[in-house]
Amino acid sequence: MAKMKGAIVVDLEKCKGCEVCRVACPNDVIAMTNEVNHKGYHYAYQEHQDACVGCANCAVVCPDGVITVYKVKLSD
Amino acid sequence: MKELRLMKGNEAVAEGAIRAGADGYFGYPITPQSEVMEYLMAEQPEKRTGMVVLQAESEVAAINMVYGAASTGKKVMTSSSSPGMSLMQEGISYLAGAELPCLLLNVARGGPGLGTIQPSQADYFQSVKGGGHGDYNLIVLAPSSVQEMFDFAFLGFDLAFKYRNPVLMLSDGLIGQMMEKVELCEQLPRTTHFDRSWTLTGKPDGQERNIVTSLDLDASMQEIHNLHLQEKYRQCKEAEVRYELFDTEDADYLFVAYGSSARICQKAIKIGRSEGIKIGLLRPITLWPFPAKPLAELASRMKGILSVEQSAGQMVEDVRLSVGSGVHIEHYGRMGGMIPTPEQVLENLKKLLIAK
Amino acid sequence: MDIKDIIKPENLVYQKTSLMTDKPLSYCPGCGHGTAHRILMEVIEEMGIQSETIGVAPVGCSVLAYDFMNVDMVGASHGRAPAVATGIKRCWPEKFVYTYQGDGDLAAIGTAETIHAANRGENITIIFINNGIYGMTGGQMAPTTLPGMKTSTSPYGRDLKSMGNPLKMTELLAQLPGTCYVTRQSVHSPRNVRRAKKAIRAAFESQKENKGLSLVEIVSNCNSGWKMEPVASNEWMVDNMFPFYPLGDIKVDGKLVNNQ
Ligand SMILES: Cc1ncc(C[n+]2csc(CCOP(=O)(O)OP(=O)(O)O)c2C)c(N)n1
Ligand code: SF4
Ligand code: SF4
Ligand code: SF4
Ligand SMILES: [Mg+2]
Repeated sequence: MAKMKGAIVVDLEKCKGCEVCRVACPNDVIAMTNEVNHKGYHYAYQEHQDACVGCANCAVVCPDGVITVYKVKLSD
Repeated sequence: MKELRLMKGNEAVAEGAIRAGADGYFGYPITPQSEVMEYLMAEQPEKRTGMVVLQAESEVAAINMVYGAASTGKKVMTSSSSPGMSLMQEGISYLAGAELPCLLLNVARGGPGLGTIQPSQADYFQSVKGGGHGDYNLIVLAPSSVQEMFDFAFLGFDLAFKYRNPVLMLSDGLIGQMMEKVELCEQLPRTTHFDRSWTLTGKPDGQERNIVTSLDLDASMQEIHNLHLQEKYRQCKEAEVRYELFDTEDADYLFVAYGSSARICQKAIKIGRSEGIKIGLLRPITLWPFPAKPLAELASRMKGILSVEQSAGQMVEDVRLSVGSGVHIEHYGRMGGMIPTPEQVLENLKKLLIAK
Repeated sequence: MDIKDIIKPENLVYQKTSLMTDKPLSYCPGCGHGTAHRILMEVIEEMGIQSETIGVAPVGCSVLAYDFMNVDMVGASHGRAPAVATGIKRCWPEKFVYTYQGDGDLAAIGTAETIHAANRGENITIIFINNGIYGMTGGQMAPTTLPGMKTSTSPYGRDLKSMGNPLKMTELLAQLPGTCYVTRQSVHSPRNVRRAKKAIRAAFESQKENKGLSLVEIVSNCNSGWKMEPVASNEWMVDNMFPFYPLGDIKVDGKLVNNQ
């Protein structure tokens, strides 16, 4: 079965650090940074490089629409 | 060939709106203006021109329907009478703030409160001094005949679109209910072109979307918007003052009166002149902008001015502001829906001005 | 495979629709308004009706919706959006017209306009964001506030005897023959967002067919008004709002759904 490998890009200046994406991710891919953006929010980032499957759950629930999702099929 | 018809004032304005190419009417019944919507419903302008007529659930809804339709560049109107106009004031302020054109009609009745259903001119302040919140002005037309009820539908829409501002026809129960011969003009086509610089017609591909709002959370921007509005009002004041003079050439005394009061004053002038009192009349057609300059010019030749209005004395404040000191100015009026007779007007001219 | 090799245009699976402008949203972190805006715009994009759509923004936190939604829009006065939409739709029956309203806007000050637009069967779509509170003005009680719920004007909790009962406007509107499609959704989880989007699509499709008024209520959070962290507010919403405002279709194709 083809495995999916995904990646997310967070528009870190527009992220408000609400963590809604983090809890929506089925694979615990997302974590919050310690540093803050210009607005003072700890923004979301893809902590686990390999665990993302590109399901877009995080992007779909992000209230600010700041997550872009990519994925490729890995023919293992 | 002339098309003449015997009509009520309220019917004439409705027919005028159809012929002026109106796209929509939204209203709520109230005496003494219900004939406007009744006439429109019976005429079925949807079949004649495609004009939409809708009975709203309240004046609040009606004015907001007008606001919505006006935001798309359509020619729309509403009509009501005094209590209903009070309900509409928030919406009217929004229309002025968002610079939307529309035609409003107040067939005024006695107040305050539920008042009476008889004619009154006690909504002058509400009409010309704001009515709703914020710094804004309506262009206010005061018809004094059934013919003008018809004609001002055209003039009203023209001015509304010229200045992108609500235009109010301030009429009263007398003009609304009275029957007179009206000369009708030809049907104008409804608008098919919508100015994309401000109208909402759906964002065309490759063009910016349009936003219609009166909100700016930034006070400095809101002030800039206000300055723009004030400049628009200034231009309007310069260009749109309308009034009519009767028998003023040799007059010693001047009536200032609009709408139904102007008709009563004309009769009073006749009686007065038959007694040797030289009286003239200045009839403001635009209550805003008020004919301040022509009035001031005339006033310098007068021994006294009587402002006649079916109110406790509202317009007289503008008469005094226009004329200043030096000329004796008084107000005479009846209230609560009572209409003065020409004899009463003349008697009060004698009592308040000539005797003093 | 390195992440950099995945992040390429050809591998794109999800990105914010261009029908949302690039302006940063004015909403608090985690507020459902943003998600609701986005899926509404996605539906308009997918239906290809951007150039035929006119939206009406309310007074409430979403008063600036027109800054974020890239369609022609007008800002209504508080509660009057359904009347404004009626005026537009009556003059432009071929356009898609929607309102976006909060619960104070729709269920308090605008109750009459909402009920009568629905009762006339205006062919418009209402997106109704029910967060049980007046978000914009600082968290006062709304008609939708739950029994016992604390707000700034019910600091000891909503007392039903003196403050009245929470109003289920959506169920009420479903009773009217003028409504065609009435549903209650939420946007707190990916699954719910996808369902809510389908519902909005169905609402616009029903408008397209001139079937009457369609209404999508979205039960949403107001973490500022509720004084909670965003994630906690979503959990509180599931535990407290959903039992009172159950999710699901209430009326489909003009017929009430039985299990409601
Ligand atoms: C006529 C009028 N009354 C009151 C207000 C103040 N006001 C602004 S928003 C609002 C409540 C909004 O609550 P809701 O509709 O639930 O929207 P939310 O902010 O929760 O999304 C009120 C009372 C107003 N703008 N206009
Ligand atoms: S949901 Fe969006 S705004 Fe919230 S933390 Fe995640 S990326 Fe940031
Ligand atoms: S795309 Fe799916 S797996 Fe990847 S981070 Fe987002 S929610 Fe997690
Ligand atoms: S106050 Fe409430 S409704 Fe308003 S933006 Fe904040 S969280 Fe959202
Ligand atoms: Mg609310």
